[in-house]
Amino acid sequence: MTEVASKEFKTKTLEYLESRGIPHSIIGEMDSFMKDIEFSKEQVQYFADQVYLSYLKAMIVPMEPIGTVAAQSIGEPGTQMTLRTFHFAGVSEFSVTQGLPRLIEIVDARRNPSTPIMYVFLTEEYSKNQKKAREIHQKIEQIRVDSIAYDVEIDLADYSIVVYLDEELLEDKGLEIEDINKKLKKYGKKGTIETDLENNCIIINPELEDIQKLQKRREKILKTLISGIKGVKRGIIYKEDSNEWVIQTEGTNLAEVLKIKGVDSTRTISNHIHEIEKIFGIEAAREIIIRESKQVLRDQGLDVDQRHLLAMADLMCFTGRILQIGRHGISGVKESILARAAFEVTIKQLINASVSGEEEKLKGIPENVIIGQLVPTIGTGAIKLQADLQKYREILQDMSED
Amino acid sequence: MVKEKPKVDILLHEITPKHKILTKEETEELLKKYSIKLLNLPRIFSDDPVVEMIGARYGDVIKIIRKSDTTVKEVESYRFVMKGKRVR
Repeated sequence: MTEVASKEFKTKTLEYLESRGIPHSIIGEMDSFMKDIEFSKEQVQYFADQVYLSYLKAMIVPMEPIGTVAAQSIGEPGTQMTLRTFHFAGVSEFSVTQGLPRLIEIVDARRNPSTPIMYVFLTEEYSKNQKKAREIHQKIEQIRVDSIAYDVEIDLADYSIVVYLDEELLEDKGLEIEDINKKLKKYGKKGTIETDLENNCIIINPELEDIQKLQKRREKILKTLISGIKGVKRGIIYKEDSNEWVIQTEGTNLAEVLKIKGVDSTRTISNHIHEIEKIFGIEAAREIIIRESKQVLRDQGLDVDQRHLLAMADLMCFTGRILQIGRHGISGVKESILARAAFEVTIKQLINASVSGEEEKLKGIPENVIIGQLVPTIGTGAIKLQADLQKYREILQDMSED
Repeated sequence: MVKEKPKVDILLHEITPKHKILTKEETEELLKKYSIKLLNLPRIFSDDPVVEMIGARYGDVIKIIRKSDTTVKEVESYRFVMKGKRVR
Protein backbone atom coordinates (compact mmCIF):
# COMPACT_ATOMS: atom_id res chain seq x y z
CA MET A 1 0.00 0.00 0.00
CA THR A 2 1.46 3.31 -0.99
CA GLU A 3 1.21 5.84 1.79
CA VAL A 4 1.60 9.49 0.96
CA ALA A 5 4.68 10.97 2.54
CA SER A 6 3.86 13.72 5.00
CA LYS A 7 5.95 16.86 5.39
CA GLU A 8 7.30 15.50 8.65
CA PHE A 9 8.34 12.28 7.00
CA LYS A 10 10.20 14.18 4.29
CA THR A 11 11.90 16.40 6.83
CA LYS A 12 12.87 13.49 9.03
CA THR A 13 14.36 11.59 6.11
CA LEU A 14 16.38 14.62 5.09
CA GLU A 15 17.53 15.25 8.63
CA TYR A 16 18.75 11.69 8.88
CA LEU A 17 20.69 12.09 5.64
CA GLU A 18 22.26 15.29 6.87
CA SER A 19 23.35 13.64 10.09
CA ARG A 20 25.13 11.02 7.99
CA GLY A 21 27.20 13.65 6.27
CA ILE A 22 25.33 14.72 3.18
CA PRO A 23 26.20 18.37 2.53
CA HIS A 24 23.74 21.04 3.43
CA SER A 25 23.53 22.30 -0.14
CA ILE A 26 22.38 18.92 -1.43
CA ILE A 27 19.83 18.61 1.34
CA GLY A 28 18.53 22.01 0.31
CA GLU A 29 18.19 20.93 -3.29
CA MET A 30 16.37 17.77 -2.29
CA ASP A 31 14.05 19.76 -0.11
CA SER A 32 13.06 22.21 -2.81
CA PHE A 33 12.62 19.35 -5.24
CA MET A 34 10.19 17.49 -2.99
CA LYS A 35 8.48 20.57 -1.70
CA ASP A 36 5.13 20.95 -3.33
CA ILE A 37 4.81 17.60 -5.04
CA GLU A 38 3.11 14.57 -3.56
CA PHE A 39 5.35 11.57 -3.11
CA SER A 40 4.76 8.22 -1.52
CA LYS A 41 6.82 7.17 1.47
CA GLU A 42 8.56 4.57 -0.65
CA GLN A 43 9.47 7.13 -3.26
CA VAL A 44 10.95 9.48 -0.69
CA GLN A 45 12.91 6.66 0.87
CA TYR A 46 14.20 5.51 -2.50
CA PHE A 47 15.19 9.05 -3.40
CA ALA A 48 17.12 9.44 -0.18
CA ASP A 49 18.83 6.08 -0.60
CA GLN A 50 19.92 6.88 -4.13
CA VAL A 51 21.33 10.23 -3.14
CA TYR A 52 23.22 8.64 -0.30
CA LEU A 53 24.63 5.91 -2.55
CA SER A 54 25.69 8.42 -5.20
CA TYR A 55 27.40 10.50 -2.57
CA LEU A 56 29.28 7.52 -1.21
CA LYS A 57 30.38 6.53 -4.68
CA ALA A 58 31.62 10.04 -5.35
CA MET A 59 33.77 10.19 -2.23
CA ILE A 60 37.50 10.11 -2.71
CA VAL A 61 39.31 6.96 -1.66
CA PRO A 62 42.46 7.16 0.45
CA MET A 63 45.69 7.57 -1.52
CA GLU A 64 43.95 9.42 -4.36
CA PRO A 65 46.50 11.88 -5.82
CA ILE A 66 44.37 14.92 -5.08
CA GLY A 67 47.28 17.31 -5.48
CA THR A 68 47.80 16.43 -9.12
CA VAL A 69 44.07 16.40 -9.78
CA ALA A 70 43.60 19.77 -8.08
CA ALA A 71 46.50 21.28 -10.02
CA GLN A 72 45.01 20.15 -13.29
CA SER A 73 41.49 21.13 -12.33
CA ILE A 74 42.53 24.65 -11.50
CA GLY A 75 45.15 24.95 -14.22
CA GLU A 76 43.03 23.85 -17.14
CA PRO A 77 40.29 26.49 -16.68
CA GLY A 78 43.16 28.88 -16.05
CA THR A 79 44.11 28.62 -19.69
CA GLN A 80 40.66 29.91 -20.53
CA MET A 81 40.97 32.96 -18.35
CA THR A 82 41.61 36.38 -19.70
CA LEU A 83 44.77 38.25 -19.06
CA ARG A 84 43.09 41.60 -19.05
CA THR A 85 41.83 43.42 -15.99
CA PHE A 86 38.29 44.68 -16.27
CA HIS A 87 37.60 48.14 -15.04
CA PHE A 88 34.61 47.49 -12.88
CA ALA A 89 33.66 45.20 -10.06
CA GLY A 90 30.08 45.44 -9.05
CA VAL A 91 29.38 49.03 -8.24
CA SER A 92 32.61 50.87 -8.34
CA GLU A 93 34.60 53.23 -10.44
CA PHE A 94 37.75 51.55 -9.39
CA SER A 95 39.43 48.66 -11.06
CA VAL A 96 39.82 45.34 -9.36
CA THR A 97 42.38 42.81 -10.47
CA GLN A 98 40.42 39.90 -11.82
CA GLY A 99 41.03 36.84 -13.88
CA LEU A 100 44.37 35.24 -14.34
CA PRO A 101 46.50 38.07 -12.89
CA ARG A 102 44.52 37.93 -9.66
CA LEU A 103 44.72 34.16 -9.43
CA ILE A 104 48.46 34.38 -9.89
CA GLU A 105 48.63 36.97 -7.10
CA ILE A 106 46.76 34.65 -4.78
CA VAL A 107 48.74 31.53 -5.63
CA ASP A 108 52.03 33.39 -5.40
CA ALA A 109 51.02 34.77 -2.02
CA ARG A 110 52.01 38.25 -3.13
CA ARG A 111 52.69 40.48 -0.18
CA ASN A 112 51.11 43.51 -1.86
CA PRO A 113 48.16 42.90 -4.15
CA SER A 114 47.80 45.34 -7.00
CA THR A 115 44.26 46.41 -6.10
CA PRO A 116 43.74 46.23 -2.35
CA ILE A 117 40.11 46.86 -1.51
CA MET A 118 38.34 47.13 1.79
CA TYR A 119 34.66 46.46 2.41
CA VAL A 120 33.55 48.40 5.43
CA PHE A 121 30.31 47.23 6.98
CA LEU A 122 28.60 49.44 9.50
CA THR A 123 26.76 48.84 12.72
CA GLU A 124 22.97 49.08 12.58
CA GLU A 125 22.81 52.65 13.70
CA TYR A 126 25.03 53.77 10.87
CA SER A 127 24.17 51.37 8.12
CA LYS A 128 20.53 52.38 7.78
CA ASN A 129 21.24 56.06 7.46
CA GLN A 130 23.01 57.45 4.42
CA LYS A 131 24.15 60.58 6.19
CA LYS A 132 25.73 58.64 9.02
CA ALA A 133 27.37 56.29 6.57
CA ARG A 134 28.86 59.28 4.85
CA GLU A 135 30.21 60.49 8.19
CA ILE A 136 32.23 57.35 8.61
CA HIS A 137 33.33 57.54 5.02
CA GLN A 138 34.75 60.99 5.61
CA LYS A 139 36.45 59.83 8.77
CA ILE A 140 38.37 57.09 7.06
CA GLU A 141 39.09 58.47 3.62
CA GLN A 142 42.60 59.74 3.77
CA ILE A 143 43.32 63.33 2.96
CA ARG A 144 46.94 64.08 2.31
CA VAL A 145 48.61 67.39 1.61
CA ASP A 146 48.80 66.54 -2.06
CA SER A 147 45.04 66.43 -2.38
CA ILE A 148 44.34 69.84 -0.86
CA ALA A 149 47.34 71.81 -2.05
CA TYR A 150 47.44 72.98 -5.63
CA ASP A 151 51.14 73.53 -5.48
CA VAL A 152 54.07 72.89 -3.19
CA GLU A 153 57.04 74.97 -4.22
CA ILE A 154 60.61 75.16 -3.20
CA ASP A 155 61.65 78.75 -2.75
CA LEU A 156 65.33 78.79 -3.62
CA ALA A 157 65.79 82.31 -2.33
CA ASP A 158 65.42 81.43 1.32
CA TYR A 159 65.54 77.62 1.08
CA SER A 160 61.95 77.17 2.19
CA ILE A 161 59.01 75.08 1.10
CA VAL A 162 55.76 76.86 0.35
CA VAL A 163 52.51 74.91 0.44
CA TYR A 164 49.77 76.65 -1.56
CA LEU A 165 46.40 75.46 -0.35
CA ASP A 166 43.25 75.38 -2.38
CA GLU A 167 40.55 77.27 -0.47
CA GLU A 168 37.69 75.48 -2.14
CA LEU A 169 39.09 72.04 -1.44
CA LEU A 170 39.73 72.96 2.17
CA GLU A 171 36.17 74.11 2.60
CA ASP A 172 34.87 71.04 0.86
CA LYS A 173 36.69 68.77 3.28
CA GLY A 174 35.82 70.91 6.25
CA LEU A 175 39.36 71.92 7.09
CA GLU A 176 40.97 75.19 8.17
CA ILE A 177 44.44 76.40 7.32
CA GLU A 178 45.41 76.24 10.95
CA ASP A 179 44.60 72.52 10.99
CA ILE A 180 47.11 72.01 8.20
CA ASN A 181 49.67 74.06 10.06
CA LYS A 182 49.25 71.82 13.08
CA LYS A 183 49.79 68.68 11.05
CA LEU A 184 52.92 70.08 9.42
CA LYS A 185 54.35 71.37 12.68
CA LYS A 186 56.91 68.63 12.92
CA TYR A 187 58.55 69.84 9.72
CA GLY A 188 59.04 73.25 11.28
CA LYS A 189 60.68 71.91 14.42
CA LYS A 190 64.26 72.53 13.51
CA GLY A 191 63.33 75.67 11.65
CA THR A 192 60.24 77.77 11.24
CA ILE A 193 56.69 77.28 10.04
CA GLU A 194 54.23 80.07 9.46
CA THR A 195 50.84 80.57 7.93
CA ASP A 196 50.19 83.24 5.35
CA LEU A 197 46.43 83.75 5.47
CA GLU A 198 46.31 86.24 2.68
CA ASN A 199 47.82 83.98 0.10
CA ASN A 200 46.43 80.80 1.63
CA CYS A 201 49.78 79.22 2.03
CA ILE A 202 52.07 77.78 4.64
CA ILE A 203 55.77 78.55 4.56
CA ILE A 204 58.11 76.03 6.06
CA ASN A 205 61.80 76.63 6.53
CA PRO A 206 63.40 73.43 7.75
CA GLU A 207 66.88 74.93 7.98
CA LEU A 208 68.33 72.58 5.40
CA GLU A 209 71.16 73.63 3.15
CA ASP A 210 71.24 70.76 0.72
CA ILE A 211 68.82 71.11 -2.20
CA GLN A 212 68.38 67.37 -2.51
CA LYS A 213 67.44 67.09 1.14
CA LEU A 214 65.01 69.92 0.63
CA GLN A 215 63.39 68.09 -2.26
CA LYS A 216 63.10 64.94 -0.23
CA ARG A 217 61.47 66.95 2.51
CA ARG A 218 59.04 68.34 -0.01
CA GLU A 219 58.09 64.82 -1.06
CA LYS A 220 57.47 63.89 2.55
CA ILE A 221 55.31 66.92 3.07
CA LEU A 222 53.22 66.09 0.03
CA LYS A 223 52.50 62.70 1.50
CA THR A 224 51.67 63.90 5.00
CA LEU A 225 48.35 62.68 6.28
CA ILE A 226 45.97 65.43 7.31
CA SER A 227 42.95 63.40 8.23
CA GLY A 228 41.48 59.98 7.66
CA ILE A 229 43.26 56.70 7.92
CA LYS A 230 46.56 56.02 6.27
CA GLY A 231 46.24 53.84 3.25
CA VAL A 232 42.54 54.35 2.63
CA LYS A 233 42.53 56.07 -0.69
CA ARG A 234 39.22 56.55 -2.38
CA GLY A 235 35.91 55.29 -1.16
CA ILE A 236 32.35 55.05 -2.26
CA ILE A 237 29.25 54.24 -0.33
CA TYR A 238 26.54 52.12 -1.81
CA LYS A 239 23.48 50.22 -0.78
CA GLU A 240 23.76 46.47 -0.46
CA ASP A 241 20.88 44.13 -1.33
CA SER A 242 20.29 43.71 2.36
CA ASN A 243 19.31 47.37 2.39
CA GLU A 244 22.30 48.65 4.24
CA TRP A 245 24.91 51.20 3.36
CA VAL A 246 28.41 49.81 2.83
CA ILE A 247 31.67 51.61 2.17
CA GLN A 248 34.07 50.20 -0.36
CA THR A 249 37.52 51.71 -0.48
CA GLU A 250 40.55 51.58 -2.70
CA GLY A 251 43.41 50.82 -0.38
CA THR A 252 43.08 49.10 2.97
CA ASN A 253 43.97 49.54 6.60
CA LEU A 254 41.80 47.11 8.52
CA ALA A 255 43.76 47.41 11.72
CA GLU A 256 42.82 51.06 12.11
CA VAL A 257 39.38 51.03 10.52
CA LEU A 258 38.07 48.23 12.72
CA LYS A 259 38.61 50.39 15.78
CA ILE A 260 36.29 53.12 14.62
CA LYS A 261 32.92 53.51 16.28
CA GLY A 262 30.19 52.69 13.82
CA VAL A 263 32.26 50.16 11.92
CA ASP A 264 31.01 46.60 12.21
CA SER A 265 34.14 44.81 13.37
CA THR A 266 32.61 41.39 12.82
CA ARG A 267 32.11 41.73 9.10
CA THR A 268 34.42 44.43 7.79
CA ILE A 269 36.96 42.79 5.55
CA SER A 270 39.44 43.31 2.75
CA ASN A 271 40.88 41.32 -0.13
CA HIS A 272 44.42 41.66 1.17
CA ILE A 273 45.42 38.17 2.22
CA HIS A 274 48.52 39.05 4.18
CA GLU A 275 46.75 41.80 6.04
CA ILE A 276 44.05 39.37 7.11
CA GLU A 277 46.68 36.89 8.18
CA LYS A 278 48.41 39.51 10.26
CA ILE A 279 45.26 40.61 12.06
CA PHE A 280 43.11 37.48 12.23
CA GLY A 281 45.56 34.61 12.03
CA ILE A 282 46.30 31.79 9.64
CA GLU A 283 42.87 30.13 9.63
CA ALA A 284 41.21 33.38 8.57
CA ALA A 285 43.87 33.78 5.88
CA ARG A 286 43.03 30.30 4.62
CA GLU A 287 39.38 31.27 4.42
CA ILE A 288 40.21 34.42 2.46
CA ILE A 289 42.38 32.52 0.01
CA ILE A 290 39.42 30.24 -0.67
CA ARG A 291 36.94 33.09 -1.03
CA GLU A 292 39.17 35.16 -3.28
CA SER A 293 40.09 32.28 -5.60
CA LYS A 294 36.46 31.14 -5.76
CA GLN A 295 35.51 34.67 -6.71
CA VAL A 296 38.08 34.85 -9.49
CA LEU A 297 36.88 31.63 -11.08
CA ARG A 298 33.24 32.48 -10.66
CA ASP A 299 33.68 35.91 -12.25
CA GLN A 300 35.28 34.28 -15.26
CA GLY A 301 32.34 31.92 -15.54
CA LEU A 302 34.44 28.87 -14.77
CA ASP A 303 33.02 26.05 -12.73
CA VAL A 304 35.79 24.52 -10.66
CA ASP A 305 34.77 22.32 -7.75
CA GLN A 306 35.68 24.16 -4.59
CA ARG A 307 37.41 21.11 -3.17
CA HIS A 308 40.39 21.73 -5.40
CA LEU A 309 40.65 25.24 -4.03
CA LEU A 310 40.30 23.87 -0.50
CA ALA A 311 43.20 21.54 -1.12
CA MET A 312 45.27 24.41 -2.46
CA ALA A 313 44.44 26.68 0.47
CA ASP A 314 45.13 23.94 2.99
CA LEU A 315 48.53 23.35 1.43
CA MET A 316 49.43 27.02 1.39
CA CYS A 317 48.55 27.39 5.07
CA PHE A 318 49.92 24.11 6.33
CA THR A 319 53.03 25.47 8.01
CA GLY A 320 51.28 28.20 9.92
CA ARG A 321 52.31 30.99 7.61
CA ILE A 322 51.22 31.55 4.06
CA LEU A 323 53.57 29.91 1.58
CA GLN A 324 53.37 30.44 -2.13
CA ILE A 325 52.99 27.48 -4.44
CA GLY A 326 56.08 28.51 -6.37
CA ARG A 327 59.75 28.02 -5.76
CA HIS A 328 59.95 30.36 -2.77
CA GLY A 329 57.26 28.34 -1.07
CA ILE A 330 55.89 24.84 -1.35
CA SER A 331 57.77 23.77 -4.44
CA GLY A 332 61.01 25.13 -3.09
CA VAL A 333 61.00 23.15 0.13
CA LYS A 334 60.29 19.75 -1.34
CA GLU A 335 62.61 17.02 -0.14
CA SER A 336 63.31 15.66 -3.59
CA ILE A 337 66.13 17.20 -5.60
CA LEU A 338 64.78 15.97 -8.91
CA ALA A 339 61.36 17.46 -8.15
CA ARG A 340 62.84 20.86 -7.43
CA ALA A 341 65.09 20.68 -10.46
CA ALA A 342 62.16 19.73 -12.66
CA PHE A 343 60.20 22.71 -11.41
CA GLU A 344 62.49 25.72 -11.91
CA VAL A 345 66.16 26.77 -11.93
CA THR A 346 67.30 23.29 -12.88
CA ILE A 347 71.06 23.58 -13.03
CA LYS A 348 71.37 25.56 -9.82
CA GLN A 349 69.33 23.00 -7.89
CA LEU A 350 71.40 20.11 -9.20
CA ILE A 351 74.71 21.81 -8.50
CA ASN A 352 73.77 22.90 -4.99
CA ALA A 353 72.41 19.47 -4.19
CA SER A 354 75.56 17.69 -5.35
CA VAL A 355 77.85 20.11 -3.58
CA SER A 356 76.07 19.56 -0.27
CA GLY A 357 75.76 15.83 -0.80
CA GLU A 358 71.97 15.62 -0.70
CA GLU A 359 70.25 12.28 -1.05
CA GLU A 360 67.28 11.64 -3.31
CA LYS A 361 64.78 9.56 -1.38
CA LEU A 362 62.42 8.97 -4.34
CA LYS A 363 59.27 9.29 -2.26
CA GLY A 364 57.23 11.74 -4.30
CA ILE A 365 55.60 11.90 -7.70
CA PRO A 366 57.87 13.94 -10.02
CA GLU A 367 61.07 12.11 -9.16
CA ASN A 368 59.54 8.69 -9.66
CA VAL A 369 57.99 9.72 -12.95
CA ILE A 370 61.38 10.95 -14.09
CA ILE A 371 63.08 7.64 -13.41
CA GLY A 372 60.09 5.63 -14.60
CA GLN A 373 59.21 3.91 -11.36
CA LEU A 374 55.80 3.33 -9.81
CA VAL A 375 55.19 6.07 -7.26
CA PRO A 376 55.37 4.33 -3.88
CA THR A 377 53.35 6.77 -1.84
CA ILE A 378 50.34 7.56 -3.96
CA GLY A 379 47.44 5.91 -5.78
CA THR A 380 48.01 2.40 -7.01
CA GLY A 381 51.65 2.48 -6.00
CA ALA A 382 50.70 2.74 -2.36
CA ILE A 383 48.94 -0.58 -2.49
CA LYS A 384 51.01 -3.70 -2.12
CA LEU A 385 50.00 -7.29 -2.51
CA GLN A 386 50.30 -9.54 0.44
CA ALA A 387 49.91 -13.26 0.50
CA ASP A 388 47.08 -14.56 2.65
CA LEU A 389 48.98 -17.18 4.62
CA GLN A 390 45.86 -18.43 6.35
CA LYS A 391 44.31 -19.24 3.00
CA TYR A 392 47.48 -21.03 1.91
CA ARG A 393 47.33 -23.20 5.02
CA GLU A 394 43.71 -24.04 4.36
CA ILE A 395 44.44 -25.02 0.77
CA LEU A 396 47.41 -27.14 1.80
CA GLN A 397 45.29 -28.82 4.45
CA ASP A 398 42.55 -29.57 1.94
CA MET A 399 45.15 -30.97 -0.46
CA SER A 400 46.73 -33.21 2.16
CA GLU A 401 43.31 -34.51 3.17
CA ASP A 402 42.45 -35.61 -0.37
CA MET B 1 40.36 62.40 15.67
CA VAL B 2 38.71 59.06 15.17
CA LYS B 3 36.82 57.64 18.12
CA GLU B 4 38.24 54.37 19.33
CA LYS B 5 36.63 51.26 20.70
CA PRO B 6 38.25 48.96 23.23
CA LYS B 7 40.51 46.40 21.56
CA VAL B 8 38.81 44.65 18.65
CA ASP B 9 37.92 41.03 19.39
CA ILE B 10 39.10 39.15 16.31
CA LEU B 11 37.40 35.98 17.49
CA LEU B 12 34.02 37.59 16.88
CA HIS B 13 34.71 38.26 13.22
CA GLU B 14 32.87 36.02 10.80
CA ILE B 15 36.08 35.03 9.09
CA THR B 16 37.81 33.40 12.07
CA PRO B 17 36.66 29.87 12.79
CA LYS B 18 36.38 28.62 16.36
CA HIS B 19 39.70 27.65 17.90
CA LYS B 20 39.71 25.37 20.92
CA ILE B 21 42.61 24.03 22.97
CA LEU B 22 42.61 20.24 23.34
CA THR B 23 43.29 18.54 26.65
CA LYS B 24 46.12 16.06 26.96
CA GLU B 25 43.71 13.13 26.74
CA GLU B 26 41.98 14.54 23.68
CA THR B 27 45.36 15.04 22.00
CA GLU B 28 46.38 11.45 22.72
CA GLU B 29 43.10 10.20 21.29
CA LEU B 30 43.61 12.25 18.16
CA LEU B 31 47.14 11.01 17.56
CA LYS B 32 46.04 7.47 18.14
CA LYS B 33 43.02 7.73 15.87
CA TYR B 34 45.09 8.70 12.85
CA SER B 35 48.32 6.95 13.87
CA ILE B 36 50.32 10.14 13.66
CA LYS B 37 52.80 12.08 15.73
CA LEU B 38 52.48 15.66 16.89
CA LEU B 39 54.81 16.93 14.18
CA ASN B 40 52.62 15.45 11.44
CA LEU B 41 49.85 17.89 12.26
CA PRO B 42 49.39 21.16 10.42
CA ARG B 43 50.94 23.96 12.40
CA ILE B 44 50.16 27.35 13.81
CA PHE B 45 52.57 29.80 15.34
CA SER B 46 52.56 30.76 18.97
CA ASP B 47 52.32 34.41 17.99
CA ASP B 48 49.29 33.84 15.75
CA PRO B 49 46.67 36.41 16.80
CA VAL B 50 44.11 33.78 17.70
CA VAL B 51 46.60 31.65 19.61
CA GLU B 52 47.48 34.65 21.71
CA MET B 53 43.83 35.50 22.28
CA ILE B 54 42.88 32.08 23.56
CA GLY B 55 46.05 31.70 25.55
CA ALA B 56 47.44 28.60 23.85
CA ARG B 57 51.16 27.95 24.02
CA TYR B 58 53.88 25.98 22.32
CA GLY B 59 53.06 22.29 22.53
CA ASP B 60 49.29 22.68 22.64
CA VAL B 61 47.08 21.25 19.95
CA ILE B 62 44.23 23.41 18.76
CA LYS B 63 41.01 22.09 17.32
CA ILE B 64 39.58 24.32 14.65
CA ILE B 65 35.91 24.14 13.80
CA ARG B 66 35.14 25.52 10.38
CA LYS B 67 31.87 25.96 8.57
CA SER B 68 31.73 23.75 5.51
CA ASP B 69 29.82 23.77 2.25
CA THR B 70 31.07 20.44 1.07
CA THR B 71 30.00 18.12 3.84
CA VAL B 72 28.32 18.29 7.26
CA LYS B 73 27.76 21.80 8.55
CA GLU B 74 31.00 21.94 10.49
CA VAL B 75 34.37 20.37 9.91
CA GLU B 76 37.15 19.89 12.42
CA SER B 77 40.78 20.42 11.77
CA TYR B 78 43.78 20.52 14.04
CA ARG B 79 46.93 22.56 14.40
CA PHE B 80 49.95 22.05 16.57
CA VAL B 81 51.26 25.22 18.20
CA MET B 82 54.84 25.87 17.18
CA LYS B 83 57.46 28.03 18.72
CA GLY B 84 58.74 31.02 16.91
CA LYS B 85 57.52 33.98 14.98
CA ARG B 86 55.40 34.23 11.89
CA VAL B 87 56.96 37.39 10.61
CA ARG B 88 60.41 36.81 9.29
